Amino acid sequence: MSDTSIHSSETARKRLRKRHAKEVRFRILGILAIAIAMVSLLWLLISVVGTGYKAFYQHDITMEVVLDETLLDPTGARDPQKLRGANYRRVIQNSLYERFPEVTDRKARQELFNIISTSGAPNFVRQMVYNDPSLVGQTLTIQVPTSDDVDQLFKGNIDRETPEALRKVSNRQIEWVDSLKATGEIKAHFNKRLFTGTDSRDPELAGIASAFVGSAMALGVAFLLAFPIGVGAAIYLDEFAPKNKFIDFIEININNLAAVPSIVFGLLGLAVFLNFFGLPRSAPLVGGMVLALMTFPTIIIATRSALRAVSPSIRDGALSVGASHIQAVFHHKLPLAAPGILTGSIIGMAQALGETAPLLMIGMVAFVTEIPTSVTEPAAALPVQIFLWSDSAERAWAERTSAAIIVLLTVLVVMNGLAIWLRSKLERRW
Amino acid sequence: MGSMTLLFLTIVIATSVATFLFVRHSARGRVLATTGTRLDQRFHSQPTYHGLFSGGVVAFLTLSTWALGAYVLPLANYAIIAIAMLVAAGIFASLSLRLIHPNFRARNFVEIFIKAGLILCSVLAVLTTLGIILSLLFESLRFFDQVPVLDFLTGLQWSPQTALRADQAGQSGAFGAVPIFAGTFLVMAVAIFIAAPIGLMIAIYLSEYASKKTRAIVKPAIEILAGVPTVVYGFFALLTVGPTIRAFAESLGFAVPTQSAIAAGSVMGVMIIPFISSLSDDVINAVPQSLRDGSYALGATKSETMKQVVFAGALPGIIGALLLAVSRAIGETMIVVMAAGRAANLTGNPFEAVTTVTVQIVALLTGDQEFDSPKTLAAFALGLVLFLITLVLNIIALMVVRKYRERYE
Repeated sequence: MSDTSIHSSETARKRLRKRHAKEVRFRILGILAIAIAMVSLLWLLISVVGTGYKAFYQHDITMEVVLDETLLDPTGARDPQKLRGANYRRVIQNSLYERFPEVTDRKARQELFNIISTSGAPNFVRQMVYNDPSLVGQTLTIQVPTSDDVDQLFKGNIDRETPEALRKVSNRQIEWVDSLKATGEIKAHFNKRLFTGTDSRDPELAGIASAFVGSAMALGVAFLLAFPIGVGAAIYLDEFAPKNKFIDFIEININNLAAVPSIVFGLLGLAVFLNFFGLPRSAPLVGGMVLALMTFPTIIIATRSALRAVSPSIRDGALSVGASHIQAVFHHKLPLAAPGILTGSIIGMAQALGETAPLLMIGMVAFVTEIPTSVTEPAAALPVQIFLWSDSAERAWAERTSAAIIVLLTVLVVMNGLAIWLRSKLERRW
Repeated sequence: MGSMTLLFLTIVIATSVATFLFVRHSARGRVLATTGTRLDQRFHSQPTYHGLFSGGVVAFLTLSTWALGAYVLPLANYAIIAIAMLVAAGIFASLSLRLIHPNFRARNFVEIFIKAGLILCSVLAVLTTLGIILSLLFESLRFFDQVPVLDFLTGLQWSPQTALRADQAGQSGAFGAVPIFAGTFLVMAVAIFIAAPIGLMIAIYLSEYASKKTRAIVKPAIEILAGVPTVVYGFFALLTVGPTIRAFAESLGFAVPTQSAIAAGSVMGVMIIPFISSLSDDVINAVPQSLRDGSYALGATKSETMKQVVFAGALPGIIGALLLAVSRAIGETMIVVMAAGRAANLTGNPFEAVTTVTVQIVALLTGDQEFDSPKTLAAFALGLVLFLITLVLNIIALMVVRKYRERYE
């Protein structure tokens, strides 16, 4: 029996096969697109974590330091000012020379000194003596970081096979540090300095504490300003605003503000807050104000959707038993919308935390070596610190930058996780 | 100044809170005494509102005394101001008890005040926009006093270093922004070229093919890309993508710098993917099911329906989404600052280093600056251009999307 229908002729079957193959190809394209996006995300995370995890440990050297009185305090007066200015570099150097008595010529001794953190170690001892002048004359056992190059050598980022001239660590230095490592005088430790230290010119001493505090302060200021204003504006627009051209204009404004490039907010902050009002440069206060302007449209949008999700019967019920409009909203509607508002605000704050460009505009790029204690002091912010460190070419800096990124991403994950948890915990459905 | 401000602030807060508590307490007794009596003898407002009203008035009085004493008159003697504040608060607090009266509508006053506060909050959105426009415009006008607008918009050379000394050679300072606009466009084009097809295909797959379960996993996973801070993308572009592209190009025999339009653009493209995919997803879902069903009834396969029916129907919305993505790409700062370079090359080759509007704003305004030099003012002119372009793109996009929604409603 031969089928003569046009749908089952050989050409028709061919055509159908072709169409079905096209269908499969289209589907595969869709899966491919998702795969590309996911692989990009994974690649980013792996590249950051793969570089950054090594910054969480660091090689320290344990050494005996003789706090020679004739060197530090020849007069014996223990004058704090004089003690502060004394030559601690020499003390450290002497200790190293004693450890390696066979090293005698000038150049070799310089190289020997360079295996430790050359500015970190003297400062460390200086601080100890300044805190307790009675230490002078005694012998101390201290633990100081090795130089970043030695650290990188042990972490495998400096290849021992490269010719000496192209290597940052000389053959002699490798010999010394290997012997120190063998005796356990050089050991890898958890890198506490990364969390307690402030910015520094030397990677082995640099930490994110000041940037972290600066970010926290700016975020606090931003929240204190943006949250009440955003919620207030949302309540007005949703509950009390009349329908007129001006309210339409405000709504368009809010939608637009949410899409204005962040750097433009930075320019606004520079022109208005710094130059017009004369607020201090680089301060978390101004950073927070700029971030507040950026996040408050987000908070308005989140609050409005949370308010709309509350059943109108709640408000009508309150009104019907004699509550005023304001009472109905503030006493009955707002508490029910609170989880949604909170969730939206936390997500908005998480966005603000990662924001860098507007902070650059208002000068939060200062080299800050002290943890700020008030919102008007100069400070850096975590993302800005990442930006600053990423500028330095050395491998040790790339490692620190990645570690700072890991910390930033962890905070963001925690904030978003908190938002999701709050929503599932507190959300009510009607 | 710090300790004085603190003292005055303490006075304001302490007196108003004390008045609030005092009046509320006094009102409570009288309100309770009238419960159960005739309706016209009962209190209009609850004790708390009487307290809030009086406390608010005291706060207002003390604050205005402070402002009057410290800023309007300027009185040198802070003790006098403090005493005046306390006296003002005391006089009103003693009078306030007379206000506790059944017919006194304390609640209405308090609510008017709250409402005014709420209006103020919403007006702040307008003030912010106004602040942006005014500050950009004002500084740009000062810039255009020194550099003609036409030179800025059509000049082909950008080298903003101005001469430090009059006799310095070759430091004239050229403010032709065309290379910057070209660079911005190039990076944006690379980003959209990557993000548009990928984002669209993700949206199509998720809305038409994926099961509910897949969608519930993949959609938030894609959204993570939007939550990564841009400085992290910038670092990724600088440390990983740039060198990878360079190594790849070198293996083919080309020389490509680490910082290039392609490195910045491709990473920016990845950042924009969730933006395009979630906007297009909404748009595709808004196309009525009846259109799809009609197409299936005629024998079309799913992909044919998608390409010829749904896509055509969703096109205006997708264009709107793309415009928003373009505006986002143009305004993006950190990725290009870190990965696109700083040299103002006028080129269409994505494998070269280019500079963008945002990069130049950062370059001009970080580091040492004197505020009135054309160099810093140029940043505001660039900011104005950036603001206007993104504003226009956003408005067009919103209009297109709104029109499109109306079509199916």
